[in-house]
Amino acid sequence: MLGRTAHGLFWMFRYLERAENTARLLDAGLRMAVTRDLATAEEEWRSVIAAVGLTFAYESKYDAYAGQQVWNFILRDKDNPSSVLSMMGDVRTNARAVRTAITGELWQAVNESWMEISDALGRQVGQGSVGEIVGMVRRAGTLAHGAMAGTLLRNEGYHFARAGTFVERADSVARILDLKYFLLLPSLSYVGSSLDKGQWDNILRSVSGDSAYRWLNAGQIDARGIVEFLVLDERFPRSLAFCHSALRDELASLARMHGAEGESNALMREADMRMADLTIEEVFEQGLHQFLLDFIASNTAIAGAIAEDYRFVR
Amino acid sequence: MVERQANFDEMHAGDGSVRRAYEDYCDWHDEQEAKWLRRKHADAETTFRKTGITFNVYGEDEAEERLIPFDMVPRIITAGEWRRLTRGIEQRVSALNAFLYDLYHRQEIVRAGRLPERLLRDNAAWLQQMVGFTPPGGVYTHIVGIDLVRTGPNDWFVLEDNARTPSGVSYMLENRETMMAMFPELFSKVPVETVSNYPRRLAKSLAACAPDATRGKPNVAVLTPGIYNSAYFEHAFLADQMGAELVEGSDLRVKDGRVQMRTTRGYQPVDVIYRRVDDEFLDPLTFNPQSMLGVPGIMDVYRAGGVTIANAPGTGICDDKAIYSFMPEIVEFYTGEKALLPNVQTWRCSDKDSLAYVLDNLAELVVKEVHGSGGYGMLIGPTSSKKELAAFRKKLVANPQNYIAQPTLSLSTCPIFTKNGLAPRHVDLRPFVLVSPDGIDITPGGLTRVALKKGSLVVNSSQGGGTKDTWVLKET
Repeated sequence: MLGRTAHGLFWMFRYLERAENTARLLDAGLRMAVTRDLATAEEEWRSVIAAVGLTFAYESKYDAYAGQQVWNFILRDKDNPSSVLSMMGDVRTNARAVRTAITGELWQAVNESWMEISDALGRQVGQGSVGEIVGMVRRAGTLAHGAMAGTLLRNEGYHFARAGTFVERADSVARILDLKYFLLLPSLSYVGSSLDKGQWDNILRSVSGDSAYRWLNAGQIDARGIVEFLVLDERFPRSLAFCHSALRDELASLARMHGAEGESNALMREADMRMADLTIEEVFEQGLHQFLLDFIASNTAIAGAIAEDYRFVR
Repeated sequence: MVERQANFDEMHAGDGSVRRAYEDYCDWHDEQEAKWLRRKHADAETTFRKTGITFNVYGEDEAEERLIPFDMVPRIITAGEWRRLTRGIEQRVSALNAFLYDLYHRQEIVRAGRLPERLLRDNAAWLQQMVGFTPPGGVYTHIVGIDLVRTGPNDWFVLEDNARTPSGVSYMLENRETMMAMFPELFSKVPVETVSNYPRRLAKSLAACAPDATRGKPNVAVLTPGIYNSAYFEHAFLADQMGAELVEGSDLRVKDGRVQMRTTRGYQPVDVIYRRVDDEFLDPLTFNPQSMLGVPGIMDVYRAGGVTIANAPGTGICDDKAIYSFMPEIVEFYTGEKALLPNVQTWRCSDKDSLAYVLDNLAELVVKEVHGSGGYGMLIGPTSSKKELAAFRKKLVANPQNYIAQPTLSLSTCPIFTKNGLAPRHVDLRPFVLVSPDGIDITPGGLTRVALKKGSLVVNSSQGGGTKDTWVLKET
């Protein structure tokens, strides 16, 4: 496979995942905003913008955090280079560039989602339609992953696509957790205290983990439990541990297919040693923030090594 | 615009009866409900949008992807008509290859006084770098599109030769797929020759032209300028259908005397490059130094027998309309036979008497630029205003050798589907021809382009033309 094609597949699925995660965040924010008072809502929108890394871009344009303004900025604003609209465009552009490495069904899933979403985002998004659009973006991910699972050859392209998905998901969940957790727990002494259940619920919702968490931990909502769930629970497909081990599998498959291990596999093994047998107590001991920073850095380094190992650009 | 009544309609004879080619189709069509047909017509567009069969158009700000309108009434050719056409096409294409070999070797045709040397000397499409070199297998035009027009039951003319990089074959294939998906029952009623094996035939034909340096099964790649090129969809489509790599210039480099592509496993040699990049962008070391689309050094590898480039650089000279005007002589010179497929009558404006005639009859003629394509820069006399004629006359007098003129042909019509039923529109036909050392292979069918505007003679997609599925009936 061409290095450029591997690169395109990797980024096609990174952008898809990023758009999807942004939609999940928005979804959680919307729920918070309609069920809470104005001040809480404003705080919530501020944190949504921060979680997608757009604080600077947003505040260069607006002074206040009002719902409609925020979601239009995130979804479709021309001054926002990582709007959902532009990310979905990147997904499609990459899909077009790797058209020969994906199936017709996968291409059509992406193309039809793009047609639907770009049409819906062609105008201001009001209160009445924002929920529907967020649904479209999530469905775009579901359709593409479904078409991939059902039709794509299990060759290296498949593994590059999956590697992109898990690198992005791990990065995004780690960032959301870091940000939200510190918004809610200004100091570590709060760990274990009973906080507003709605706020906790909101963290879980941002990563679509609310019902899974409830199902596993009937009624038991506390910071330790939630952090353990999002960081270490390998059963939850958006936890850091799950993404980590899925990425490890993809990298192992790629090394096997290429008959050699590269820098990415070496970095992955180092990360493995840090993650193996890790307990939530150890995470809190080194500090959650520090743990997440290290995790994000290691994840980024692995992504860079994948690009080098498989000659994405040169 | 006045609709010409005198033209030949391919479906209906003068007395309103249905011609033989269309009998089975019309029987079927007459049984269908108008409302159902209208719904099908609308479905077709949705299908094309979803599958992304688009071409890019460059506007002022950003590239826009557009659909070429598809008309769901097939254009039908009988087995006998097709047999006659293929004989003429084969003859013309083998003459083109012999002509190209000669142009880049001894130029016997010039020595014999049958072709003026100045047509080569001042021609940017003629490449000095190809002189004395014979491409692998002796093949210059691996893929050719011959544009044909019809004016009567047995009157077909060649309008243009496309030997550079003929496009549109993906429409031939997708139009058929769409027709089969929309009207499966039609194909059990009417015996139509298949076109769907074209990509396999193309892959085989290209592999047969592999260079000497090839080890094992030839590695074929399609070279595209990239996703913003107007025909990108077709490049991706053909690579996908052939199971070939779709590469860009940045994926390739010259290494160890071969052209190699950057894969996730390192560099691997490419044997045959089906390039959809123009000559001048192919190699920045040899041609346009600004080109980002090509591969530095590829021409050296080519000349050393390390790679096959399809079509060969320098074949574009055959698309030149001044050269075209000599095709009857060219065919006769290399095949020793009269051309089976005639040219459209052509006046070379470089010739004094011809120019005088053209100027006198400008309002009746079609005038084209010698190097032009895509329907740009041409004058259609009968539909032009006095002002347009006067402006064109000035250009013509200033630079006569840049133009040729042809009579306004009364092109045949074929019905299209409209809200008010079937309506005749002018059509042309581009069959696709593959050339390899194994022979000349013509896929039964081609791309029918149709002028969707009533009375219009311009079928180019950039100027409001559409396409139709083209059926060649099986021998019975």
